[in-house]
Amino acid sequence: MAASRKREMRVTRGRLALYHTLLLGAVFVVWHLMTNPLLVSAEFAQNTAFFFGKPLVVLERVWDWFASGKIYEHLLVTLAETLLAFGFGTALGLGVGLWLALSPTASALADPYIKAMNAMPRVILAPIFAVWFGLGILSKVALGITLVFFIVFFNVYQGVREVSPVVLNNARMLGAGAGQLLRTVYVPSAMSWVFSSLHTSVGMAFVGAVVGEYLGAARGVGYLILQAEGAFDINTVFAGIVVLTAFALALDAAVSVLENRLLVWRPAQGETEPL
Amino acid sequence: MPNQAGVALALDSITVTFSARGAGGRTYTAVGDTTLKIATGEFVSIVGPTGCGKSTLLNVAAGLLEPSSGSVRVLGAPLAGLNRDAGYMFQADALLPWLSARANVELGLKYRGVAAAEVHERAQQWLGRIGLAAHGERYPHQLSGGMKKRVALAQMLILDPKILLMDEPFSALDIQTRQLMENELLELWSADRKSVVFITHDLEEAIALSDRVVVLSAGPATRPIGEFVIDLPRPRDVNEIRLTPRFVELHTQIWHAMKDEVLKGYAQTQRADAEHA
Ligand SMILES: Nc1ncnc2c1ncn2[C@@H]1O[C@H](COP(=O)(O)OP(=O)(O)OP(=O)(O)O)[C@@H](O)[C@H]1O
Ligand SMILES: [Mg+2]
Repeated sequence: MAASRKREMRVTRGRLALYHTLLLGAVFVVWHLMTNPLLVSAEFAQNTAFFFGKPLVVLERVWDWFASGKIYEHLLVTLAETLLAFGFGTALGLGVGLWLALSPTASALADPYIKAMNAMPRVILAPIFAVWFGLGILSKVALGITLVFFIVFFNVYQGVREVSPVVLNNARMLGAGAGQLLRTVYVPSAMSWVFSSLHTSVGMAFVGAVVGEYLGAARGVGYLILQAEGAFDINTVFAGIVVLTAFALALDAAVSVLENRLLVWRPAQGETEPL
Repeated sequence: MPNQAGVALALDSITVTFSARGAGGRTYTAVGDTTLKIATGEFVSIVGPTGCGKSTLLNVAAGLLEPSSGSVRVLGAPLAGLNRDAGYMFQADALLPWLSARANVELGLKYRGVAAAEVHERAQQWLGRIGLAAHGERYPHQLSGGMKKRVALAQMLILDPKILLMDEPFSALDIQTRQLMENELLELWSADRKSVVFITHDLEEAIALSDRVVVLSAGPATRPIGEFVIDLPRPRDVNEIRLTPRFVELHTQIWHAMKDEVLKGYAQTQRADAEHA
């Protein structure tokens, strides 16, 4: 019964992938037809091409970037910014989250400031960071950190609060000191919450990097888009968007792999093997 | 003053009143003026109706819960903070879910800074003793309820505590596994005569295992309402001992006392409720 349902799922999943591809193809075909004077009037085609670019030109631009290797330098910069922002933002969020969750006085003191800083639209800090850290990689990392920090911070805070009191008491009865409690109970519990928000925080680090580049940089995919926009080169803008999207999807897949590795201890539903 | 050296654990006039927070504005006295002494090497079972305050009493003995009044003495010394001489097997799941069965068993030794090689060897021994040598790498969610209980037992016993506090350790097990574990526990206990406080719902289990059975009244303000010395010979086999005439006699005796007292306690709460209304 369950096995047959699983097989059914696998069939539909294969079919779903086919539908996904067909849908994407259809979008490109419609896009192509609307921007070429085959079915529509020349004037209409020209207008849509101005606003949306031409799919074949967009794909050609993407192809050029990879074929000439020109894109790698920019991708690498964006990736470095994303990873640095993610790493430092997570470490900072973990440290501050643990500290505030375990120290009621500090938490009471910091509470209104944390709330205010979280409520603030932090993207607005990008120009300030540009002034402070220049147009290099640092200002983008700083922006990413402010975005990642709060996600991790709130998850760590929650994770510490949600530690089962029985598990905690058990560790204490087994003789855990304060540092050992932190290492064996609080951090693992907090990390499980952090990992469950991994997708969001990596996404946010990426947003920080791209927005930072877009607001002023000399390298990075966001910079490429900004440059093309300045020249009204809509095709290159769309090519940049395509590359960014593919990149984000790849990043997300990598996170999923990492997540499955790190959370083996967590119960998942239906871990049965079909015969 | 009675001989303090022979007393492993002494609860003296313990009262526990929980504060009113989130309980309809009324405080609740779970345990009322309870005095209990466990001799060194003695196996004492505590039975009582559900919700009467057994776990609360054990938390006090473990030093996890400060009593509202009264004092606790462990091996003759007054208890301050956690009870370092006791191992506690909790009623609820208390294994660390992010550690494998093996790592859970090793945990206490690691906390004490025992050398890695020795930790590994002793954990392996214990995993074998609880019949989980092949399942050491599994995480708690991949273990059955009974397996989890066995891991919890090993986790506690690997530290070789002088006093064992066990809160309904076997109530989740099927009757066969349960008797197996009971015999195992008795064997372990008779090897080095730890002092045991064993909480259970099951009067038969209590009699089969213990030197003494303490019956608690129904809540609120639970207190011991009967103590019965179990003079069955040791070593015992929990399965066979249930069939002996003396066992049946003790069972009937305690059962009657329990019923009378529980009914009395029940009438008391009814009266208190009526007065309150
Ligand atoms: N933190 C708490 N705050 C308020 N009341 C509590 C608290 N902990 C326990 N109680 C109450 O104290 C009483 C005794 O609880 P306890 O857990 O000791 O019962 P128990 O005898 O172990 O029951 P069971 O056999 O079902 O495990 C219960 O009525 C419970 O509602
Ligand atoms: Mg209980």
